[in-house]
Amino acid sequence: MSITYLEAIRAAQAHALAVDPRVFIYGQDVGDFGGAFKATKNLAKEFPGRVLDSPISEDAMIGMAIGAAIEGMRPIIEMQFADFSTVGLNQIVNHAATFYWRNGRPCPITVRLPSGGTPGGGPFHSQSLEAIYAHYPGLVVMTPATVEDAYMMLLQAVALDDPVIFCEHKFLYYHLKADALPQETLPFGKARVVRPGRHATVVAYSAMVHEALEVAQSFAQEGFEIEVVDLRTIKPIDTDTVLGSVARTGRLLCVGEAWPWGGVTAEVIARAATDGFELLDAPPVRINARDTPIPYHPNLWAAHRPAAPAIADALRKLLRV
Amino acid sequence: MNAALESPLTGRAAELKQVFRWMLTARLLEDKLAGLYRAGKIYGGVYRSKGQEAVSAAIGHHLKPGDVFAPLIRDTAGRLAFGESMYDVLRTYLGSVKGPMRGRDGNVHRGDLGRRLLPMISHLGAMLAVVTGTLVARRMKGETGMVGATCIGDGGTSTGAFHEGLNLAAVEKAPVVVLVVNNQYAYSTPTSRQFACRDLIDRAEGYGVAGHSLDGTDFAASEAVIGEAVRRARNGEGPQMVVASLLRLTGHAEHDDATYVDDALRAAHCGRDCLDAASQMLITSGILASDQQDRLKAEIASQIERAASEVLREPAPDAATELWTSFHSVPSDTW
Repeated sequence: MSITYLEAIRAAQAHALAVDPRVFIYGQDVGDFGGAFKATKNLAKEFPGRVLDSPISEDAMIGMAIGAAIEGMRPIIEMQFADFSTVGLNQIVNHAATFYWRNGRPCPITVRLPSGGTPGGGPFHSQSLEAIYAHYPGLVVMTPATVEDAYMMLLQAVALDDPVIFCEHKFLYYHLKADALPQETLPFGKARVVRPGRHATVVAYSAMVHEALEVAQSFAQEGFEIEVVDLRTIKPIDTDTVLGSVARTGRLLCVGEAWPWGGVTAEVIARAATDGFELLDAPPVRINARDTPIPYHPNLWAAHRPAAPAIADALRKLLRV
Repeated sequence: MNAALESPLTGRAAELKQVFRWMLTARLLEDKLAGLYRAGKIYGGVYRSKGQEAVSAAIGHHLKPGDVFAPLIRDTAGRLAFGESMYDVLRTYLGSVKGPMRGRDGNVHRGDLGRRLLPMISHLGAMLAVVTGTLVARRMKGETGMVGATCIGDGGTSTGAFHEGLNLAAVEKAPVVVLVVNNQYAYSTPTSRQFACRDLIDRAEGYGVAGHSLDGTDFAASEAVIGEAVRRARNGEGPQMVVASLLRLTGHAEHDDATYVDDALRAAHCGRDCLDAASQMLITSGILASDQQDRLKAEIASQIERAASEVLREPAPDAATELWTSFHSVPSDTW
């Protein structure tokens, strides 16, 4: 049996709907159509009245979810693309995110954001917005990189009492496959050392984990053992695991698909520099996308986003220092 | 036809006296808040509802325990009618740590989730979808007979959030009453710069919801029309949009002297004070005589004084003992 990253997301939703009557799904085209990416295929039929088509109203969709959460439900809102979530930004960051701090009661909504670039996606179907949501206090932001994490972390997201922004990567939807779904996983908020190493640490998340692994494998042939850390959740960040890795290797590269100003890579580097300065044998390095909107044409898109060649180049320089 | 509007006032004496009580309490409580503001005791702004007490009291009065209410910035009367304590009002304005928001939010951004009195966020229009969400959730759980209500001004109806929220409520056929209070100004912005339709009530048809127009200065009409809207929502007739016309008789906030308000509006019918008009109506109909009203006013004023002096002595929040965490499931200082 082979299960894709997308199928894992569907399986997690099916499981959540089956075991928890408080769960329902709301989004555009999620009902009978099964969702733009088929993440809810057959779920409307299997769970009548709990997988509902919404109008194109991201603000009201999130507002509705907040109201449902107030009444004890556990809504999953599917944004059709992460890029459209900004229409609902206000309800996410000013309402759901502030709810616990202002009202003393958590707001257990899960907002799924199909994120990341694919060839031909263009500026408004390709964005990685984890940093925007991470910046506002009160939101958990998950960025699963594997089929297993897509499954288990979505279940964790629904179970968490806090609002969760679940950034699933569209490029991984159909490309990434696993043999089986896991029954257990790391505790919420923990990063994973995907590949142990000695000579340098590459911290990555989501689709970039696989680019980093590809580079690590090729460097292994030259005798360099590159440690790859998958953050898994970028709010909160598991700083301990990152610093522990830097303690072992002394060299840090952080790669992210989002834009270069600020963001996850800046946050990781800042923490390493302030909390782990003595651990570093070389200046830390960041790799991000270029500071432009995401291009449409695959030629431009391929040069815009970080990938294995850029990671390899940067690692080579880092190892020579 | 609205039977309540047609019947003589004396037949609704109990209702009208109750609504009047909430209006009067709101006015006196806000007088106190304005005084405290001028005395420098209040942080941030004070937002009064002078001129709007009738419609607000009416909606709060007609909602029942178990209903959900998301009031906005000029709903002191409605909140009191719905069950909010004047202590919560004073505590939130005065920043007492014992208040419902514990100093983390202030003035009109307060509520009581246990009572389903939802604390607003500042972004106008946002609460409508939230009210709809509470109702849809309860319907999913098999509950029936509940109603939700939210209030908004003429300015607030211009937001995308209002549009999305009302449209979604209509699509979901939610039992929600949307009380649009056209008080002619959004801060300093007149309605000519706010919307181009003939009358905001015309939008009801556009959204596919029932519409009710109302002279918001008439407290008896407010009680009748809003009561009817609540009844129809509860009866499963979908969202009810009430558009009440009146004039804001105060500044946008206490720091605003509202000199931009058109004198013609002040002199027009919509510029009359609903509380004065209600007082007159109760006297001429024999429901509540002048001396009875004076006694009521003195009783309420004394309650307010007592509550205010108590709350003024309460402690403020202490930054040193605050739990500086925004997550429920993540330990403090983990971000």
